[in-house]
Amino acid sequence: MAERYTYAVARIRAKELSLLDKQAFDRLMACGTYGECLGVLHDLGWGDGDEDSGEEILAAERSKTWELLRELVPDMGVFDVFLYPIDYNNLKAAVKSTVTGAQPEGIFLPGGTVAPELMVEAVEKNDFSPLPERMRDPAQEAYQTLLHTRDGQLCDVILDAAALSAIREAGTASDSKMIREYAEMTVAIADIKIAVRSCKTGKTAAFLKRALVPCSALDVDSLASAAVRGEGELFAYLANTPYAAAADRWKESASAFEKWCDDTVIELIKAEKSNPFTIGPLAAYLLARENEMKSVRILLSGKRNRISDGVIRERLRETYV
Amino acid sequence: MDINSLGVAMALLGAASAALLAGIGSAIGVGMAGEAAAGVVTEDPGKFGKVLVLQLLPGTQGIYGLLIAFITLSNIGILGGSSDVSFAQGLMYFFACLPMGLVGLWSARRQAMASVASIGIVAKRPDQFGKAMIFPAMVETYAVLALLVSLLAVSNIGRIAI
Repeated sequence: MAERYTYAVARIRAKELSLLDKQAFDRLMACGTYGECLGVLHDLGWGDGDEDSGEEILAAERSKTWELLRELVPDMGVFDVFLYPIDYNNLKAAVKSTVTGAQPEGIFLPGGTVAPELMVEAVEKNDFSPLPERMRDPAQEAYQTLLHTRDGQLCDVILDAAALSAIREAGTASDSKMIREYAEMTVAIADIKIAVRSCKTGKTAAFLKRALVPCSALDVDSLASAAVRGEGELFAYLANTPYAAAADRWKESASAFEKWCDDTVIELIKAEKSNPFTIGPLAAYLLARENEMKSVRILLSGKRNRISDGVIRERLRETYV
Repeated sequence: MDINSLGVAMALLGAASAALLAGIGSAIGVGMAGEAAAGVVTEDPGKFGKVLVLQLLPGTQGIYGLLIAFITLSNIGILGGSSDVSFAQGLMYFFACLPMGLVGLWSARRQAMASVASIGIVAKRPDQFGKAMIFPAMVETYAVLALLVSLLAVSNIGRIAI
């Protein structure tokens, strides 16, 4: 029953008032230095007040968002689509750190559905049965591949494709139209990125076939063969798909394409502003928070590196509010 | 058995239906809107007064149902302790109560959905409270129409000699 999120959605509506709007970004942009930006962020209620760096503030905000969602949603499985990338990133880290014997700090991201320790233990014992079923085969394959070929890129390709398949599957199983569309869009955009980068680096059709994940908007065979034939063919193929605008942005620059991807997600979730019942507005709030954190990161990075305001503004994402 | 002895039972069934169905609708509606109101008040207790009004809107159907049930009980003599209602009159009372019962059940639920949406408006734009209240209030129109039909029918059946 959609009504089971009535309380949660109403609370999120009230929370949306604290999302950063244009005025807040203008205030941040008006700051002369990185330090001043941190001060403004603290004034806006970001962080816990004792952070010294932007990354710490962003981590605190991310943690606050998930804490709120955990409080509002009894079964966090509805957010699997957003958590699987963390899981597969951690699995990559577990496989690589175990095979190479390196133990760098901070390689695991917090907040996934599977504990990183469990992944490390599974890889170390070469027994992947404690992992969720969707992760077992890709983990085994990635581990064996890295062990025998030492090809880190191939290992990444196997796990990235598994992550995209899991996202698509979770999206298809979702009751929320927005989450279904978001999952499809995530897979399609990832396929486009893979195809363009592979085209630029001259990857083979076999590589593309392994890396691309089927989605409803793109025919991966056509996408792969177009990418192998060259950039012109690739953009000509994309021009006849719902992602024609993506090709235009990529022709401008990679950062213009990245901005287009994030802005398209914001356009997708804006429909949830008038939805008072389902999980959709909660997922939209999560994406809106992720998006504003991305904008704040860009802004802070720009201020720290003394990039001109015009360039920073060009890169800032659309806001949800 | 004289079929006319079932008249009062039919009328009573009608009165009970009006109170039950409209009451159930209002209970569901006020509960649903209450959840949304609680969500807003958790974040901003200052909006309590505004969201309370919106929560109460789907509660009126239950009151209308009670009113129809009360008038029916009064007219058929149940409250006085004696009753003389023919089967045909009992059946008429039953049908007269149905508009309030059925429309009350359905409209309270739909009104609650509109109230929840309006509570969302108040959460983000408290200055738009007046407009937000109009949306669920529109649904009230149909509950009032059903109340009028049931009220007019129930009040006049006693004058019909059948």
